[in-house]
Amino acid sequence: MKDDTAAPALAARQEKAGFKESATPFLRAMLAIVWKDLAAEWRSREVISSMLVFALLIIFIFNFALELNPQTRADLASGILWATFTFAGTLGLNRSMAVEKDRGCLDGLLLAPVDRTAIYFGKLLANLVFMLAVAAIVLPIFSVLYNVNLFNPGLLMVILLGSWGYVAVGTLLASMAVQTRTRDVLLPILLFPVAIPVLVAAVKASGGYMSAAPWDEIAPWINLLLVYDVVFTAAAFMVFDYVVEE
Amino acid sequence: MTKTKPRWLTILDVVTVIFLVAASALVFLYAPTEKTMGDVQRVFYFHVSVGWTGMLGFLFALIAGIMYLRSHDHKWDIAELAGIEIGLVFMLINIVTGSIWAYPAWNTWWTWDPRLTTATIMELAYAAYLMLRSGIEDPERRARFGAVYAIIAFISVPLTFFSIRLWNTIHPVVIGSNDPGATGAFNMSPRMTQTFMFSLLTFSIVFVDLFWHRYRLGRLADEVETRKLKLVE
Repeated sequence: MKDDTAAPALAARQEKAGFKESATPFLRAMLAIVWKDLAAEWRSREVISSMLVFALLIIFIFNFALELNPQTRADLASGILWATFTFAGTLGLNRSMAVEKDRGCLDGLLLAPVDRTAIYFGKLLANLVFMLAVAAIVLPIFSVLYNVNLFNPGLLMVILLGSWGYVAVGTLLASMAVQTRTRDVLLPILLFPVAIPVLVAAVKASGGYMSAAPWDEIAPWINLLLVYDVVFTAAAFMVFDYVVEE
Repeated sequence: MTKTKPRWLTILDVVTVIFLVAASALVFLYAPTEKTMGDVQRVFYFHVSVGWTGMLGFLFALIAGIMYLRSHDHKWDIAELAGIEIGLVFMLINIVTGSIWAYPAWNTWWTWDPRLTTATIMELAYAAYLMLRSGIEDPERRARFGAVYAIIAFISVPLTFFSIRLWNTIHPVVIGSNDPGATGAFNMSPRMTQTFMFSLLTFSIVFVDLFWHRYRLGRLADEVETRKLKLVE
């Protein structure tokens, strides 16, 4: 569907640039970017390792700050989990866009004959993989440390949906933040207030699953998560062109 | 571009002042005292009106942001900044007046009620907007990123309105249906409704007046900038 709508604009753009052969299809371009990010990460292991250590540190800080005992632990678990993902997520988002900006890689990507939204979705998916990878390691550690079982399919779905919404708007804002003077401090300031609806819904839904609440109580939050996932993805998809144009 | 102040703007200034005085008179003299809460309920008229003005500012910024991305015309950037600056100030007044009312009505200056929390997050989002702008030197890019953020931030605003239906809130909804759990709700008498409507109208006029001033200021600042550049050349 995406290819149909993008094709005429893309063709016009290529004609102007003097391209003869057809451009890289949307899906292939997007997967190429995801692959590039994952391969670079596999070789350097910079982003995931720093996110992971940071996430564990946050969990320990929460433990000292809140003096978690078995009773309060259960009520606070979903909040702590999402605070951890949020903070670790900013680290990853900042890094993934900063490497593009530093060596002029972004300019290279923009010069490539691909639809620019393919770049956005490629970065989004790569960031999502990083966040889910961190979650996949944090969850068992959290389960062991606090003696709670976090492996239920509902909770995993909430983590997927919540991470998607967070990364969808985060990728857009990170690509703006790295182009400013105050880039390292700016991303969390820009991202947190906007991402609050996603985080509130994710915390409430996770809490519901952890305390085995009935579906009627969880459903509104899942709906809210879905709505914000769609809205943020659609909005970022529409405005991403303006963020990277020069 | 005219450098002298337009005559209509001067007239609007006078009209705004007259309306503000009249609205204050209505609030303090014409509207009846509420039975249970007493005089502190009078803050309601301006509390809701400034909230409305703040929302109007953010809505204007959203529209201006979309128009900027479509046209790349710098005047929309000025309009967007004007909308957000006015919105920020009025939402702050809204939060402060709410706090003044909440102390006698809820017995606390602040509660972590969804309505209060989302209003404050909105305030923070638009404060972040100003920080984003101050971090970019290139005016064209500043305008572009500002427009994008004005659009994204507005997406978090509707939640303020809908939060009241989704969560159980203690914030009263005076217009329309009311949550049975709300504390400090009341029914409006005809005189109260008249005062309330007049306050809304007044603050809408205040908004237009301020917006016009801020927009004109932005245009003038632009002109100073271009003249300076000409001098340098």
